[in-house]
Amino acid sequence: MTSHTLHFIKNTIVVIICIWLSACGESPNSHQPATVDYFTNYPIESGGALINAMTGEPSGLISMIAGESASSAISSNIFNSLLKYDKNLELEGDLVKSWQISADQKTITFKLKPNLKWADNQPLTSADVLFTWQAVTNEKTASPYASDFQLVKKAETPDALTFSITYDQAYAPALDSWAGLHILPKHLLKGKDLHTSSFVRNPVGSHYYKLDKWAHGENLKLSRNANSVLGQAKIDKLITRIIPDNSAQFLELMADNIDLMGLDPIKYSRIIPARPELQQKLALYKELGNSYTYMGFNLKHKPFDDIRVRHAINYAIDKQEVIDGVYLGLGINIASPYKPGTRWSNPALTPYPYDPAKAKALLKQAGFVDTDGDGIVERDGKPFAFEIITNQNKEREKSAVLIQRRLKDVGIDVKIRAIEWASFISRFIKTGDFDVVVLGWGLGLDPDQFNIWHSSQQAPGQFNFIGYNNPAVDNLLEQGRLELNPDKRMKIYHEFARVLLEDSPIVYLSAGYGLTAINKRVKGIDNPAPPAGIGHNSHEWHIPTPLRRNEISAN
Amino acid sequence: MLKYLIKRVLWMIPMLIGISLISFFIMHLAPGDITSNEAAFNPKASEESRQKLREMYNLDKPVTVQYGLWLKRMVTLDFGKSFASHQKPVFWQTTDTDGNVTKGLIQEALPITLMINLLGLGITLMLAIPLGIIAARKYLGWQDRFITLFNFIGFSIPGFWLSLLLMYWLGVVNNWFPISGLHSLNYESLDTWGKLKDSLSHLFLPVIIPSITGLAGITLFVKNGMLDVLQQDYITTARAKGLNEHKVVYTHALRNALLPLITIVGLSIPGLIGGSVIAETIFAIPGMGKLFYDAVLMRDFPVVMGILTIGSALTLVGNLLADVAYAWADPRVRRGVARG
Repeated sequence: MTSHTLHFIKNTIVVIICIWLSACGESPNSHQPATVDYFTNYPIESGGALINAMTGEPSGLISMIAGESASSAISSNIFNSLLKYDKNLELEGDLVKSWQISADQKTITFKLKPNLKWADNQPLTSADVLFTWQAVTNEKTASPYASDFQLVKKAETPDALTFSITYDQAYAPALDSWAGLHILPKHLLKGKDLHTSSFVRNPVGSHYYKLDKWAHGENLKLSRNANSVLGQAKIDKLITRIIPDNSAQFLELMADNIDLMGLDPIKYSRIIPARPELQQKLALYKELGNSYTYMGFNLKHKPFDDIRVRHAINYAIDKQEVIDGVYLGLGINIASPYKPGTRWSNPALTPYPYDPAKAKALLKQAGFVDTDGDGIVERDGKPFAFEIITNQNKEREKSAVLIQRRLKDVGIDVKIRAIEWASFISRFIKTGDFDVVVLGWGLGLDPDQFNIWHSSQQAPGQFNFIGYNNPAVDNLLEQGRLELNPDKRMKIYHEFARVLLEDSPIVYLSAGYGLTAINKRVKGIDNPAPPAGIGHNSHEWHIPTPLRRNEISAN
Repeated sequence: MLKYLIKRVLWMIPMLIGISLISFFIMHLAPGDITSNEAAFNPKASEESRQKLREMYNLDKPVTVQYGLWLKRMVTLDFGKSFASHQKPVFWQTTDTDGNVTKGLIQEALPITLMINLLGLGITLMLAIPLGIIAARKYLGWQDRFITLFNFIGFSIPGFWLSLLLMYWLGVVNNWFPISGLHSLNYESLDTWGKLKDSLSHLFLPVIIPSITGLAGITLFVKNGMLDVLQQDYITTARAKGLNEHKVVYTHALRNALLPLITIVGLSIPGLIGGSVIAETIFAIPGMGKLFYDAVLMRDFPVVMGILTIGSALTLVGNLLADVAYAWADPRVRRGVARG
């Protein structure tokens, strides 16, 4: 190699860097001018594109076999169900005009809206609904949600607009299950294996949007479905970018490359309010989340079988401290496993207050006294010590730390262990080899929680892994499944929640808010959010022409 | 030489089988399977349906039987189908009866990772060789100290932190570069030149950052190699003959100083296909690192095994290539091989 070679290399580097820099000098994203007037009352016009981001990519878009939230987030823009929840979380028709429940409560008859069409212009009829039911109950589909639909004894389509199902006995969660089942097109899927069909990645639905292009690992582009059964959405294109890292998502939001993202409490209450330039262009929304965090006892292990011990621990934990410490105050206390403000949540119930003195007294009653003066209480010479396990979830880990400290105050020695999810489930939850867990459950829209609390659901892999066994609760859960009248049903579940709170098999820690930032160019969003959340009317969101990005709508 | 090569290639077969055996069993030692992911922990999903999935994927059979089934498929180079993404082929595309093509997971991720890593390695070498030479020639001078300082700052800075800072500065504050992703959303409507510009601007940060943070090692190698060589007798001879310094350094010293680099580059071949999980996550790049990481978390065994097998095969090939290149570059090694 001569000095010429070295000079050549040097020059090449300089040239390459120059080209690279010049290539990037012109920004690919044409930005909004600095002064945008977000507050003028713009007329409602359809068009424009909404750019969203999600951390995980959907595995496929048939939600009956996919299961993860990324999949349903996209597919619920593409597919309709028979029923849906309105803004107050009451059921209403989606594909159906009306539904009727027979006098014996065993048969439900759905009447479809007339002239429904798939995005490919084929008619959508009761045959498609029947096909979907056959698909979800098919052994080969192996749908995780099959069990609700396997209870249907008979499904019939007397005519193209009527679909009727009969259960062996009245099954109250039926309506909710049909609200969650996306209806699939028979003409495209007949005789195919759902798992291997290319439909999983290239679906045809009936809802507001249809899939244009899915660039794997990068983005999914949806555009308006001209045949949408519910009329036309205002926004033309929905683009979802896959950005796994939250910080990167936030940078994209700051740079105006995405329009909305879910926030954590720090971004919501500290970072954005502290920066005027972000406050100017981002609107913040707060809605009740869909899940709650709890601490559950293994009721088969001593001393958690003793209700006094469970009560003591419940009194010893300061739930407000957990909400303030973990969620920066952006959460609420709950006293039943239902969304506060909905009909299933019993307004008469209040959470256990923070009362360490009472906790100590209860522990003493249960025989736990600190005899050796080390600050830890003992019974029969054995100190009260246990391990809280949780999966690697920052919020749950932090909650556990706060609990650890409060339990130490009343003389209980707690250790914490965070375990990777798959190991957590197979090694500890399935085998029942744990004392106390910190985990979360969904605040389901249907009140039926048979699978979580009924004493028959304790086998390995089932969901009553804490081993809760209360005949009164079993009885209420069974009754609740048989009662389709919403008012009578409500009474049953209010009573169920009361017994559950009294029994304290779990300690309700908190229900965190769902926090979202949306660029102010998007108009028509309900604030404050109704119980169903801000997304309930996303088809009415619109982006006024002067506020649109120009280059996205061009292609 | 040919005999040696054949022997090396044949040796790779039992090695690969051994590696796959160990990987397979270690993978199954981790508790859980595809049915124990977080989405499956849903009270609406029944245990019977999970059991059905386990049967569908043969996960209910003993590990030895599962390994046998895997090996049987591998004989025909069939890497199988992913559990977690609805039977997407692990390695290469398949076409169904209707003519729909489903691309393979590795087929999609590998070119992206390979391109980023090759560009990165190229830039690292282009910077490290001149820097190493300068540092050796001005040994203990201010240039040397400056280069050493620069390298060690680069080496010590956590890559993800530097990435986020640069993303903020170049992407948010100044809007010179895109922040994440591989393409702009309007990529398809651009002309060829526009597409090239778009790709390059998206690649800038993901390529530059690992190059800077990885500069230190290679620069040091070049510098130390150069220092060694410059003290050799034949360099003194060359200087004594009155050759000018340029010729001494670039014609006589450099070639010898670069020999150890062959080993380094050879060893980095398997690294070329294994992307960095952190960088790919931050920059939203659908590469091999993220694919592997997600597959491990989801217990998506065919994908894990596919990547491990291809990775170990490439490692073995990389070692072989490095040895061959070494022999080609260094007559002493060549003679040693011929004698052995």
